[in-house]
Amino acid sequence: MNTKKFIGYSVRFMIYALVIFFFIWAIQNQYFNYIFSQSSTFLVLLRQHIEIVLVSSLIAVAIALPAGILITRPRFRKAEWFVSMIVNFGQSIPSLAVLALMMSILGIGFKTAVFALFIYSILPIFRNTVAGINSIDPNMVDAAKGMGMKPSQILFRIELPNAAYSILAGVRTAVVLNIGTAALAYVIGGGGLGVWIFTGIQLFDNGYLISGAVPVTLMAVLADFLLRRLENIVVPKGSRRSVET
Amino acid sequence: MIKFDHVTKSYEGGINAVKDVNFTVEKGNIVVLLGPSGCGKTTLLRMVNRLESITKGTINVNGQNSMELNEIDLRKKIGYVIQSNGLFPNMTIEDNVMIVPDLLGWSKKEKRERFYSLMGLIGLNADDYRKRYPNELSGGQQQRIGVARALAADPPVMLMDEPFGALDPIIREKIQDEFLHIQREVKKTILFVSHDIDEAIKMADKIVLMRGGEIMQFDTPSEMLAHPKNDFVSQFFGKDRAIKSLSLHTVKKLQDIIGLVEFDETIQDTKTINVNQDLRNTLSMLMNQEADQVIVTDDNGRQLGAITIDLVQKYLHFEIKGKPSVAQKG
Ligand SMILES: Nc1ncnc2c1ncn2[C@@H]1O[C@H](COP(=O)(O)OP(=O)(O)O)[C@@H](O)[C@H]1O
Ligand SMILES: [Mg+2]
Repeated sequence: MNTKKFIGYSVRFMIYALVIFFFIWAIQNQYFNYIFSQSSTFLVLLRQHIEIVLVSSLIAVAIALPAGILITRPRFRKAEWFVSMIVNFGQSIPSLAVLALMMSILGIGFKTAVFALFIYSILPIFRNTVAGINSIDPNMVDAAKGMGMKPSQILFRIELPNAAYSILAGVRTAVVLNIGTAALAYVIGGGGLGVWIFTGIQLFDNGYLISGAVPVTLMAVLADFLLRRLENIVVPKGSRRSVET
Repeated sequence: MIKFDHVTKSYEGGINAVKDVNFTVEKGNIVVLLGPSGCGKTTLLRMVNRLESITKGTINVNGQNSMELNEIDLRKKIGYVIQSNGLFPNMTIEDNVMIVPDLLGWSKKEKRERFYSLMGLIGLNADDYRKRYPNELSGGQQQRIGVARALAADPPVMLMDEPFGALDPIIREKIQDEFLHIQREVKKTILFVSHDIDEAIKMADKIVLMRGGEIMQFDTPSEMLAHPKNDFVSQFFGKDRAIKSLSLHTVKKLQDIIGLVEFDETIQDTKTINVNQDLRNTLSMLMNQEADQVIVTDDNGRQLGAITIDLVQKYLHFEIKGKPSVAQKG
């Protein structure tokens, strides 16, 4: 066994050990109790959390994906730098500033939370869509055109399937980030598991903190796992290997 | 048939990539566009299927002005092969090959049958390749698939832009031979871009030699080698162009015209050469002195006679330099 592998295994072992130790410690101190004793509240908060993430991510996909496709069409290509600049700018505003700004326009609650997360999801999805399409060998598109494919056929049969890996990676980044960031929805009265996390912080109550934070973490891990599985279905077999290598 | 009539291409910024080009690719012929890099070969080729617009002049494809046809329909009737084969990694080999038939709305059964017959034509096992993906194939296999794809809907006209340019020399020669073999069967009208002199001599019925967007000479390979029209043409083919032209002639032709010499049965150290071998290879074999005597055999291994450097020289002198009309492509 070489040194690199050994270090890799040890680090992984240490992380697993820490996680297990953490769970034993939390269970012994009955820190998960609120999930069961206040299960109806927990389920409401969980549902709110999921809703915020789902709605914001779906709107982001619905807007960023077509925008990425549009900007890579020959007609609009010249505007790519400009649109990318705007999208990048949106990303560079601190989350709390976006929340504050949106609160003054949309008021407090669910809508503001969704909007803020939506703004944050646009960049990874848009950027990965553009990168995925741009990374396609121009010769391939040239061959498609030369054989008599229409632009729409080139898009759906060649460009999107071969960019699918990159696009999905962008969606995955956005969703996983959203699940964590959605905890901030509490600050603007948007609900979600952030309610318990912030209550726990304010009251120095590990029970609330952990009953809120652990489910959020598990959700992020689960979403990551499921979206990776989706890759195996959506990304065509032949273009998978070429992306990985 | 492809007919170029005063064809000119100017790019933005005033570059004239193609200047007043006139020539015709006859039905069933291969015309090779040859010339140094940047002389306008690719541009000229891509104007035929309208991947590049035509600034001035007309291009007729099978008697129809290409500008009067719908560009999508025009392209479906023209096979297109490029250097980096342009196969689609997300599709299986079968789907790749059957793209144009699919665009034309062929039925599943028709497509499947066509796929099998095409794979037979290019000498690959259809069942082995059907479900595989391009990235699992070698460069040579990919290029063969690229050729099959261009032939799929049986287009009368093919455009090939340095199709074998990225392959290593041994595989390239093999695929060139295979392709000429296929061409004898399918008899397409082909415009073929190359910057490789040997490839052009081997593949072409006629060569268009270009420089700076203009045609320097349009002739059969042997005519161009024997009678270069100007200094550029003779320099382009080089001082060894007489030797190059030998690759257009077979031992058989030499035998028919000036005959072979008797072979000496007492000489032990002999080698044999097939009567269909070209004279350029024969000459290098003789020059390398691989044996004391080289015996010519036919396909059945029958010994027809011996060949010597003197004979080749004589043939070169009288038949190629003296009477260029004898030099025709077999
Ligand atoms: N899209 C383009 N815009 C401007 N100039 C071009 C373009 N494509 C090719 N050219 C120019 O046209 C000339 C011919 O190019 P090309 O046909 O590709 O040459 P070849 O295939 O013989 O190497 C070159 O000088 C090249 O720089
Ligand atoms: Mg070129």
